[in-house]
Amino acid sequence: MDFGPFLFLATLEGLVQAAVLCLTALGLSLVFGVMRVVNVAHGEFYMLGAVLAYWVTSWLAGSPAIGFALALLIAPLLVGVIAYLSEKLVLRRLGYDPEATIVATIGILYILQQSALLTFGPDARPVEPPFYFRVEFPWFGYSGYKLIVVAAAAVLLALAWFVITRTRLGLIMRATQFDRQTAQNYGIDVNRVYALVFAAGAAFAAIAAVLIVPIQQAHYLMGGDPLLLAFIVVIIGGLGSVRGTLLAALLIGLSDGILSVFFSPTLAKMVSTTLVALVLVFKPEGLFGHRSRL
Amino acid sequence: MLLELEKVDCFYGDLQVVKQVSLHLKAGEVLCLLGRNGAGKTTLLKSIMGQVRRRGSIRLSGQPIENLSAHEIPKFGVGYVPQGRRLFSELTVRENLSIGEMARVKGQANLKDIFTLFPVLEKRLDQMSGTLSGGEQQMLAMARALCIGPKVLMLDEPTEGLMPQMIANIREVIVRLKQQGVGILLVEQRVEAVLSVADRIAFIENGLLQETVDRQQLEENDASLKKYIGI
Repeated sequence: MDFGPFLFLATLEGLVQAAVLCLTALGLSLVFGVMRVVNVAHGEFYMLGAVLAYWVTSWLAGSPAIGFALALLIAPLLVGVIAYLSEKLVLRRLGYDPEATIVATIGILYILQQSALLTFGPDARPVEPPFYFRVEFPWFGYSGYKLIVVAAAAVLLALAWFVITRTRLGLIMRATQFDRQTAQNYGIDVNRVYALVFAAGAAFAAIAAVLIVPIQQAHYLMGGDPLLLAFIVVIIGGLGSVRGTLLAALLIGLSDGILSVFFSPTLAKMVSTTLVALVLVFKPEGLFGHRSRL
Repeated sequence: MLLELEKVDCFYGDLQVVKQVSLHLKAGEVLCLLGRNGAGKTTLLKSIMGQVRRRGSIRLSGQPIENLSAHEIPKFGVGYVPQGRRLFSELTVRENLSIGEMARVKGQANLKDIFTLFPVLEKRLDQMSGTLSGGEQQMLAMARALCIGPKVLMLDEPTEGLMPQMIANIREVIVRLKQQGVGILLVEQRVEAVLSVADRIAFIENGLLQETVDRQQLEENDASLKKYIGI
């Protein structure tokens, strides 16, 4: 294949990765930005989304499209409920202390990971795509499902953007993010906002996982890589910045996709981590981040 | 009585900063808390807002609020303008005012009335509040608190760092709110500003309420000022 079509193929692969990364990182960024909680268990919410998608689709094995559509509803909902309970039973009791919540979310990580292992076993579980079709380009054919993943992520991100910037709920979240004490002075129940944000953040990770699982398979150890990449994106983009998260996810997703195709996945990871180091040294609040008052 | 505090203690962790403070505030009255830095004035306001651990009885319009969470208290009609304004500086003026409205129990804030008090804000609705001048920020902080429709307004050093013209504007607004029946609890360092608006002055020293005097009494005899403020 010539260089041009090869680059186009690599860009498409990068776009798919960026789309899923955007959703995963947005969840982490919201939690980090609004609550100042470093959620080390975020990757496990992603894993749970994938595993639950396998569970739902295997339950409705006869019709992949209906099974997938149900998985897209049920998995994020269940993951959101689990996250909501984790916030209420663990993080709230720790007073959202930054150090204590890191340790607590590491604990949640292991509980979720080992629960998935005990329930679904150690094998990778395939999930059938809801439909098969190929989009024919002049140089090659490409999976239609992957393009649908990019489009679905774009729609979800636009929806999230709308909620955060144009609705009363979004205004409450932004006010809480900027100054929780003053938000309380205006009747905002900060604990409730935190529980909602934590659940929504986990649900975003779960949606990303449901979208990607027909391409990758569900496995109880699959949460590590998305967590690392999501942290890279959040640090580069800036704490709690939706715009920063989207741009950083595009940058990292595309560079990861292109470098992995042309060179090696290891080089792609080296570039990502170097970028993080540079941002931490020269712009510690991230490209679009701001400091908050707590 | 709008606001009644009885034997209120306040704590930062194990450290007690306010001890056995009792005071009250009536509708249309301005009560000023005076005292040196670190006397416990701001902490007392924070305790009313539920932001510090407190003990004792706090009643708003006869309702006990001492056991309520911080976010429940504004719904009883308390507006609080903290020291340093604490605006949501990355939100617009309009969004800051919308946040203020969220604590209203019923109806919408009458922005027309609020813009009569602070006309400049109407022209700045879509401007980021962090880009306003110091005086405009103070106006926005007060306007945001007024969006609640407060029966009690607590102002912590509202004239700090402002130009004389802006201080006169703030004073005028306080007088108009007082005429509308709002009870105002004012923490202020500038004695002349206090004497121009306050009905009563409560002196706080080392977390203890030392004495409460009428403005007239203080104008006739400034011994308390010398004793507690050193003027």
